[in-house]
Amino acid sequence: MKKTLETFSVGERGVVSSVGGEGKMRRRLFDMGVTPGAEIMLRKKAPLGDPVEVSIRGYELTLRKTEAACVLMEVAND
Amino acid sequence: MIKFALAGNPNCGKTTLFNNLTGATAHVGNWPGVTVEKRDGVYKKCPEPVSVVDLPGIYSLSPYTPEEVIARNYILDEKPDLIINIVDATNLERNLYLTTQILETDVPMVVALNMMDAVEKNGDKIDARVLEDLLAVPVVPISALREKGLKELMDRAYAASKRRRDGVSVLGSSRLAGIIGDVKALLYNAGVDSPLFHAIKLVENDEIEVANHPEEYKTVQEYKERFTDDVFGNDFEAIIADERYKYISKHFSKALVRKSGEKHALSRSDKADKVLTHRIWGIPIFVVIMFAVFHLTFAEDFLYLGAMGALGEGWVSLAGKWGEGMFGSADGIASPGVILFNLLDSITGSISGAIGDAMASTTSEWAQGFVVDGIFGGLFAVLSFLPQIIVLFMFFSILEDTGYMARVAFILDRIFRKFGLSGRAFMPMIMGFGCSIPAMINTRTLADDKERTATIRVIPFFSCGAKLPILAAIAGAIAQLYSSNADAITFGMYMLGITVAILSVIFMRNTTMRGDTPPFIMELPAYHAPQAKALGLHLWDKTKHFVKKAFTIILVSTIAIWFLSHFTWAWTYVPDENMDESILAGIGQLLQPLFTPLGFGSQLGAAGWVFAVAAVTGLIAKENVIATFGTLAACLVAGFQADEALEGIDSVTTLIGATGISTAGLISFIAFNMTTIPCFAAVATAKAELGTKKLFKSTLVFWLVVSYIVGTVVYLVGEWWWTVFIVLAVAAATVVGVIAYNRKRDAKVGLAAAGAGAIGRQSECDHAEAAADADGLPTADSDDAGEDAADDGGAEDK
Repeated sequence: MKKTLETFSVGERGVVSSVGGEGKMRRRLFDMGVTPGAEIMLRKKAPLGDPVEVSIRGYELTLRKTEAACVLMEVAND
Repeated sequence: MIKFALAGNPNCGKTTLFNNLTGATAHVGNWPGVTVEKRDGVYKKCPEPVSVVDLPGIYSLSPYTPEEVIARNYILDEKPDLIINIVDATNLERNLYLTTQILETDVPMVVALNMMDAVEKNGDKIDARVLEDLLAVPVVPISALREKGLKELMDRAYAASKRRRDGVSVLGSSRLAGIIGDVKALLYNAGVDSPLFHAIKLVENDEIEVANHPEEYKTVQEYKERFTDDVFGNDFEAIIADERYKYISKHFSKALVRKSGEKHALSRSDKADKVLTHRIWGIPIFVVIMFAVFHLTFAEDFLYLGAMGALGEGWVSLAGKWGEGMFGSADGIASPGVILFNLLDSITGSISGAIGDAMASTTSEWAQGFVVDGIFGGLFAVLSFLPQIIVLFMFFSILEDTGYMARVAFILDRIFRKFGLSGRAFMPMIMGFGCSIPAMINTRTLADDKERTATIRVIPFFSCGAKLPILAAIAGAIAQLYSSNADAITFGMYMLGITVAILSVIFMRNTTMRGDTPPFIMELPAYHAPQAKALGLHLWDKTKHFVKKAFTIILVSTIAIWFLSHFTWAWTYVPDENMDESILAGIGQLLQPLFTPLGFGSQLGAAGWVFAVAAVTGLIAKENVIATFGTLAACLVAGFQADEALEGIDSVTTLIGATGISTAGLISFIAFNMTTIPCFAAVATAKAELGTKKLFKSTLVFWLVVSYIVGTVVYLVGEWWWTVFIVLAVAAATVVGVIAYNRKRDAKVGLAAAGAGAIGRQSECDHAEAAADADGLPTADSDDAGEDAADDGGAEDK
């Protein structure tokens, strides 16, 4: 099943299937390792619900929901 | 001398390595992007001296942020003899992404595998030899912190720097290998250095390369038209990033042996994080921590025992002896910061007292006045605040070093976004509490130009260490006179600065500095215990800097002020009693009326010029404000003869007595000094960082206008509370005006944009962004645009 990273709840895991957005922001996501095939787990949400913190490639990355909305994820059906 | 450059991801230990190699004391923090300027030092243990350059931390050699461009230009244009690529072994995959890009240049390199001790502690293993075979460059495991493996690193680096190296790429077997090869051949024939690197960047559509090699880029475009890929289409930038990571996870995983049982138990870091970034408690914890920091540094009544009346009159054992009241008085036990302050105060007081006594019988009144008031009066007034500055810095350094500050950016991003900034802007702002200069330089980590300009402009409002004496002295004096809490006033003034900063940012982001909210994609470093050695070095550095400044620029200024205040235009000496006839008084009296609306102008009468003069001397260095007070107050006290030089707080109480300035006037004076044009050095930095003359000039005007309005509002409202309604009305009118103007302008722009048509790559996320922007901008018109929003109105409407 595909859905965007933005819609993940805490503890949910998935694999990046594609990255949208444009220019700087998209390149930055790539540079930080958010590329197709990377495994992501949503670790937590900030006190005000946004931004979110994810585990990716063995480290912690924080990004906003608007940026997370550009990351399309493949999640296992359950 | 041969040159080695240190390159690596932010926060991978580059600066620690740099310090240990060169014996420098550069500041190290647990925050991605502490080093934003390159700096160099010398390593002496190779056969010939090596100049080591610490480059800013980067994730990639893309052209998008200023620090990436600095590092990239250095590597390509300055041609170092070797690059030491520091790789954080605990985070191999992402760190090697940069390595794959540096490998593509022709510059010799070695890889320093840092934090190997941490990897082994986790029970994992990394085989450096496997990595070495894969990368075809030397790989040396080190621990920068524990200074292990540094000698071997430098020896192998020195040997490698003597060998030629041609760029290699992990993209050799990728779908784009053909086009990369073709472009490389073209560039090679054109005589370009590091042709492979440039070829790949060109294929990536890198804007810098496209501008430099338009001819070769045509080849790329032709190829692109014929190329398609199932997943990426012909988006080469995405394909290359993807290929790099694919290669890394496929090949380099061989080098990494993870402990069996994939997920480790919840580490200490995770546990701390659970509490500190808790959904409900995260923000309250932040506020409490900040309050505790200020309380520990400034509180006169540390444990509130004085307020509860729990202290007997005679609890202070030092009564009647040297250092009386050092640990507090019947009003309360002093906080650690205040105890240190009192200690230094007693020492400097004894010194100037002793010298004054010694000179009293032997030298002329003139010479005594010069030494005791002119030199000691100003110098000690400033120096006595050194302990509190150091204590405050210590707390901030600890918070940063542990990694908590990065979490604060995470917690506060949502709030920052309301102001049109990203959580990243938090770091330069918090650094502003230390000193505006590094803070302004640090804004280079912000990717958006308008966000940068807005941030640079408000950085001085985050009251720096040099403004602390102004705050502490005046708050202390008010506390003494009205027996209120000095730390509450100090904290309140810091809050006022922050409030003005926030309102100014909101105002700018809705008027001259409009733009989309910049993205916030940031690494959160692992928590670790603060490093005592690094902390010590940092504080020592700060102390040295402060003392040096006190004995140079501030000393010269105080001497100049003393002379100007004791000579007339005709260059004849005037004694203290007739200071009103001096040159300085003349200048001050001229400026005095300007400050009348702010409460420290003409209404103060004959001695009121002192405040005007102090504000002006603050433009050289902010410590001068209190130094000026110290010098002039010492002279205002009749019969100074046996008096010791007056320290900060006493000098303010004296001035209050002499001028009858109101509390509102005093607070307005602090507010004015806090928000006006910063010191000379910070102004020069702002000029360099802002880039254009036009921006710089408007920034100076901005500071002047903001400080004048803030001072006026503080004074008016403080003196006559009902004026708050007038202020609010003006604020409301400004807000309405700005909204109306923006609506009109947006309507025009909107039509133009609709005509051009939207060129979205992926519609679902473009929608999300648009929605977020729409939600981000109008926040300024909501209730939080209070009194001072109007203030900034004047600043930007020019």
